[in-house]
Amino acid sequence: MKPLDMQAQAKAGAAFLGENLPPLQDNIVHYPGQFIALVVAETYEQARAAAYKIKVRYTLEKAAVDLQAELPNSKKPKMFMGEEAQVNDGKAAAPLAASAQKVDHKYSTPAEHHHPMEPHATVAVWEGTDKLKLYDATQGVGLTSSIAAYFFGLKPENVNVVAPFVGGGFGSKGLWLHTLIVAMAAKAAGRPVKLALTRQMMQTNVGHRAATIQRVALGTDAGGKLSVMRHHTDTYNNLTQFFEPSGKQSLVLYQAPLREVTYNVAHLDRSTPTFMRAPGETPGTFALESAMDEMAYQLKIDPVEFRIMNHTAKDPMKGHDFSSEFLLDCYRTGAERFGWSSRSMEPRQKRNGKYLVGYGMATATYPGGRSAASVKVLMNSKGDVTVMTASIDIGTGTYTVLAQTAADALGIPVDRIDVKIGDSSLPPAPLAGGSQTTASIHPAALDACVLLRKELTTMAVADPDSKLNGRNPEEIGFAEGKLFLKGDEQKNDTYLNILRRAKRNEIEACATTLPVSGAGLTVPSALCTPSQTPPEQNSDIKQYAFHSFGAQFAEVWVDEDFGTIRVKRFTSVQDVGRIMNEKTARSQVIGGVIFGIGAALMEATDYDKRWGNPVTRTLADYHVPVHLDVPPIDVHFIGKPDPHISPIGARGIGEIGITGVSAAIANAVFNATGKRLRDLPLTPEKFFD
Amino acid sequence: MRAFKYSNVSDAAAAIKLVSANQTAKYLAGGTNLVDLMKEDVMRPTELVDVSRLKHARIEKKGDGISIGATATNASTANDENIRENYPLLSMAILAGASAQIRNMATNGGNLNQRTRCTYFYDVNMPCNKRAPGTGCGALHGVNKNHAIFGWSEKCVATYPSDMAVALAALDAVVQVEGINNTKRSIPFADFHRLPGDHPEKDNNLQQGEFITAIDLPANRLAEKSYYLKIRERSSYAFALVSVAAALATDDNTIKEVRIALGGVAHKPWRASVAERWLIGKQATEKNFRAAAAAELKSARPLAHNKYKVSLAAKAIVRALEGAMQGGLYGAMEADSTTTNKN
Repeated sequence: MKPLDMQAQAKAGAAFLGENLPPLQDNIVHYPGQFIALVVAETYEQARAAAYKIKVRYTLEKAAVDLQAELPNSKKPKMFMGEEAQVNDGKAAAPLAASAQKVDHKYSTPAEHHHPMEPHATVAVWEGTDKLKLYDATQGVGLTSSIAAYFFGLKPENVNVVAPFVGGGFGSKGLWLHTLIVAMAAKAAGRPVKLALTRQMMQTNVGHRAATIQRVALGTDAGGKLSVMRHHTDTYNNLTQFFEPSGKQSLVLYQAPLREVTYNVAHLDRSTPTFMRAPGETPGTFALESAMDEMAYQLKIDPVEFRIMNHTAKDPMKGHDFSSEFLLDCYRTGAERFGWSSRSMEPRQKRNGKYLVGYGMATATYPGGRSAASVKVLMNSKGDVTVMTASIDIGTGTYTVLAQTAADALGIPVDRIDVKIGDSSLPPAPLAGGSQTTASIHPAALDACVLLRKELTTMAVADPDSKLNGRNPEEIGFAEGKLFLKGDEQKNDTYLNILRRAKRNEIEACATTLPVSGAGLTVPSALCTPSQTPPEQNSDIKQYAFHSFGAQFAEVWVDEDFGTIRVKRFTSVQDVGRIMNEKTARSQVIGGVIFGIGAALMEATDYDKRWGNPVTRTLADYHVPVHLDVPPIDVHFIGKPDPHISPIGARGIGEIGITGVSAAIANAVFNATGKRLRDLPLTPEKFFD
Repeated sequence: MRAFKYSNVSDAAAAIKLVSANQTAKYLAGGTNLVDLMKEDVMRPTELVDVSRLKHARIEKKGDGISIGATATNASTANDENIRENYPLLSMAILAGASAQIRNMATNGGNLNQRTRCTYFYDVNMPCNKRAPGTGCGALHGVNKNHAIFGWSEKCVATYPSDMAVALAALDAVVQVEGINNTKRSIPFADFHRLPGDHPEKDNNLQQGEFITAIDLPANRLAEKSYYLKIRERSSYAFALVSVAAALATDDNTIKEVRIALGGVAHKPWRASVAERWLIGKQATEKNFRAAAAAELKSARPLAHNKYKVSLAAKAIVRALEGAMQGGLYGAMEADSTTTNKN
């Protein structure tokens, strides 16, 4: 096993590992639940029974397990993923003091776990000593392949990672130690080894969203125009450079001349925090959008109006225009669909039996990321098309939507298209994270299909037996599995006939597209050649900021006697560029809203303050919403294609749905009860504190 | 899970013989709790004797009351016509617990034998006097938001998780038990489960090998005014923070008889006898309900993280009594949002 060397790792294209800890390479326990051994047996039951017999002796050392206690020792990291982490540190104090109106409060969010229904699982199969095959529940086959290749000293092309279907990820299925440990065990055992993590291991070994304590201060002039925003986050990490970036949205939303965004990051001997659905924005919009509501109340301005007043049409930090931005439409359409005008600004005005009824809203936002991607398209002599890329479907609809793009671009029915993804031997694609899969792979799929059509066209116009012989390719259109002369569709030639006459069994094309925004792969697949300008030459990225926006509206019913809060209906209006598939897109937003209801009302991982272990260790303790907690959710898309992100016009949609949800709910609780709850989740005991 | 012996027997006597002969043997019925505990290595029986197919699943009239078979499922019990009509409190309580799938598997005898959901009990790496006597109570100074406010000891602050048992406590049920050599005894429900004291490892007063054959419910005049209120962190499929089984019989709004039992507050279903005594002969008014609840909660001893349960329990008693007065299951009461969240 290679030692950990971040630079060497990065050079090998393997810079992304859940925790910076080579598996089983030292005798230090860094957190409760860390893997220290793997028992392999013929059956799962035998392995478990054998594992119980292992006795481990430790020397006890003092552990750092409580965030509050460790804050005095926290550090101010300079960078977060290549961006400056401390923005305008200390500069907000003076303008805040000079503001006509000011709010300044602390908000906290708990540690949360991803808990996809499918646990992490790996089967490792060695073929000889230099080839490894991993069947792995992962959000990125290429990522897993490159990291495994690095640690085992193998050629990347000799580590084949396969994950045709993944039962949810939410950020937890990056790469964690168990995948490597299983490969080590398979090597030692000389035969394939399988491991599925238990639900308890999923609380300690595959990342989590770290708890945050956030302090947000806003200052406005007398009329309610924001003059200054300050967002400070206290959080922690362990064995990673990552920390919960909950100030992110505070650098994007609203027009304010000055904004200060800072972080203190403590070290805790707790399992490693990582990306979880909308990392940063999920806890961050809770704090910022609660503070916006508090300020709206202080100013006695309707919260929607207050946001419209302070809307920014430009990226407030870079000064760039947004590539495409319809946030004002989101507010107005959302308010209309929800029936916001029937809300009373004054709290405690609406009752239904024992319940107090309240309305609340919040802004949603998430970056529009895009990475390089390669897609190969192959058409056989029967006219069946295979679309291939090393992307992943984590339940989002990648298969479905990719087939649609290819069908449209080739003019053939969707049922003639077979999509092959989830295999690292396919042309490279980004991991399914950061809401970037659709924005990244569809431009490449489109280009590959265009290349394929071009080749068919070239063959047809050069073929004396074709009705299109001698025509200018510019004059040729396509539809229903054939090429035709524009304006005279009788002059046509089917794809099948073109291939048959050329005696070709198949024809293929591959395209790599480079991003206009976001980090990504930089090495084109050997099979593909770049078909777009590299990012530094792309004028769009210098000119535009890429973000999605939305507006979230909630109605809650609160039983004040018991502190029980139920969301009775929800409206989510999203501006995410072109909608590729209304059904899968809607599912993503519904899922995000439900995730947000969980974060608002019940999800929390509690840790024992003596030993640092999670005490909410099963899905009976760690509550996520049940059917009865999920109200009717009205999802509406603005649907305007983004003209700059790609020729496809779609930004990602996997994460924005959760952002702003918990603030909309907490704001509705205030509207219902007059009680401002600033500590998530809003479980009954919070109401009595 | 560790290896164990599995036996299937044809009658209760054979099952009792096997489990009486082996101190580490357990009965297996629905398995909805025991199998989980075995997977987690919390319980390590060496032998399981399957009683799920024994003929103790009948729900039938017995004198003026009713006898509920121990191996009848929770679902069939809750949906039994006779239970729904004469003991709606029990139906409501059962249906407030677990999920439809679990209720279809879980049996009544098993329900009374289920273990606490205290996380320190479930995690074999943690101290727990209930699981491993002498190791200490992890929850006493740990995360104890969900723990007891009544009747706990320094040895254990766990709560009993069942909803069904809270109703059975209010209904003065009697547990029918059979031991080795056909010895039979009847245990009044109040004496069935234990407070933790110095022996939290013992949840109830059954002896090794004793088998619950039935749960008897005496006749009462409470059916028209009974209500089960469960307060939890989500709308269903969560254990109670606090639950209340309440039933009354009134004459011209004067309380002639009242039963109140609480769940989620103690190591056993907590019969609120102080509140009951306070209410007898009084008018059924919200004011009196509040006073009675306050009297009951006076003796509460909350832990570091569960002070909220004291006010929650007081308000829940009031709401449950109001719900009972309005006709419970068959009335228009909207106390529990689970019944109204369907619009």
